[in-house]
Amino acid sequence: MTWVTACQLAEIEQEGAKRFDHEGRTYALYRAPDDSVYCTAGLCTHEAIHLADGLVMDYEVECPKHSGVFDYRTGEALRLPACENLKTYQVEVVDGEVRVAIG
Amino acid sequence: MDGIVIVGAGECGTRAAFALREAGYSETVTLIGAEPHLPYERPPLSKPASEGVQLKSICTKDALRAARIAYYQGTSAAKLDVHSKLLTLDDGNAVKYDALLLATGASPRRLTCTGAEYVLDFRTYSDARAIFSLANHGARFAIVGGGLIGMELAAVLRGKGVAVSVIEAAPRPLGRAVPARFAAKLHARHVEEGVSFYLGQGIAAITVGAVILSDGTAVPADVTVSAIGVVPEISLAEAAGLATGNGVLTDAGLRTSDPHIYAAGDCAAVLQANGSHVRFECWRNARAQAETAARNMAGTTVNFTTIPWFWSDQYDLGLQVAGLSQPGHASVVRPLSNGEMEFYLDEGRLIAAAGLGTGNSVAKDIKLAEMLIAAGISPDPDLLADPAVNLKSLLKNVRAA
Repeated sequence: MTWVTACQLAEIEQEGAKRFDHEGRTYALYRAPDDSVYCTAGLCTHEAIHLADGLVMDYEVECPKHSGVFDYRTGEALRLPACENLKTYQVEVVDGEVRVAIG
Repeated sequence: MDGIVIVGAGECGTRAAFALREAGYSETVTLIGAEPHLPYERPPLSKPASEGVQLKSICTKDALRAARIAYYQGTSAAKLDVHSKLLTLDDGNAVKYDALLLATGASPRRLTCTGAEYVLDFRTYSDARAIFSLANHGARFAIVGGGLIGMELAAVLRGKGVAVSVIEAAPRPLGRAVPARFAAKLHARHVEEGVSFYLGQGIAAITVGAVILSDGTAVPADVTVSAIGVVPEISLAEAAGLATGNGVLTDAGLRTSDPHIYAAGDCAAVLQANGSHVRFECWRNARAQAETAARNMAGTTVNFTTIPWFWSDQYDLGLQVAGLSQPGHASVVRPLSNGEMEFYLDEGRLIAAAGLGTGNSVAKDIKLAEMLIAAGISPDPDLLADPAVNLKSLLKNVRAA
């Protein structure tokens, strides 16, 4: 398991998302209303749109283009046109630093 | 049972076919498409990858089979007999229906001037292939029509090093669908990118090598593309005696003047609360109306109430508009970190919102604005204008109240 530091927790808005790029791949980090942090693949599974630009409400993120919706905790596609689930990554927050297990 | 027949296999017809199954409809579903492909998405046609225009299918053959949707590819409807509930196809076959959905879409409006036969349309996959096969570095294109499609095409062509002239009959581009503030910003960006504009100009003739404007100016062009809007495909409905106007007229539940026939998407003019019939031409509307029509055809009763919403990408800028603003509405500007938003209020009530910014940066706030519009509230304009006030907190206050 490779852990990388993505950002500071304070850089992600509460009930919001932030894009994180690492070694040619893109991820989306989410800070839930309860301040827990999650990470999914960065691009929507319908078309290659960055999900971090989408609206986060509770535990869901909505694609900013075609309005597909995912549960960012599990990656589950909840609304069309998204039908393929997102890959998710383990996250830990240590001393205000967000770390992601990328592989 | 003869089942449901859907005429038109674009975004709307195809979505309706699957939505019928999601709504629990178990009889035969027949989807009739005129084009020689699987149903495909139109938005990617104006955004070709470096290797050319890609045909992005909406669904696979397997998905159609799994949903038991009978897909007639490359087949047009020729005649609709509403008394016998019989649809005759252009290959001479006929299908009976219990209910029918018209999702016939729209066709490009055509120029009628001398030389109009030299002009390319931009609607289908084959249109896009024809246009982009000629879009070589240094080529000269004239685009007739400065609406959303013309301006998106101009931006993509500039990215390929094509010289672009946009000719528009109105005094400014994007006048129909885009609020004036953002139309002006997008216009300015196109000028910066080197697009030449000929505004307030009609077309006298098209020749090989030039477009001749009504004032006699010759605009040099190796290729001329027409993007002057679309007309709804209503000929089948008209010939069948259904009520039509600027589209196939429907009630709020998308039912036409025949109780067994519905219409949705670009071809449908839907009854609004103020008594008018309005037709919308965008991707989300096609899908949302498909879902409403499918649920009603499957036996529920729902009205179509989705707020109109569309996006347009030009260069690195993304425009999003939710709701319908009118010239008389008050407006409030809200600065954003990578762009700007504008809200439109009718006697204090939030009616519409638009935003322009880099990439998809305005998407979140437009989505929240759409939910605020749907909530029917009259927000304090000072709060809307203040970027430090989170729109989500306004929405939560509404929901808590």
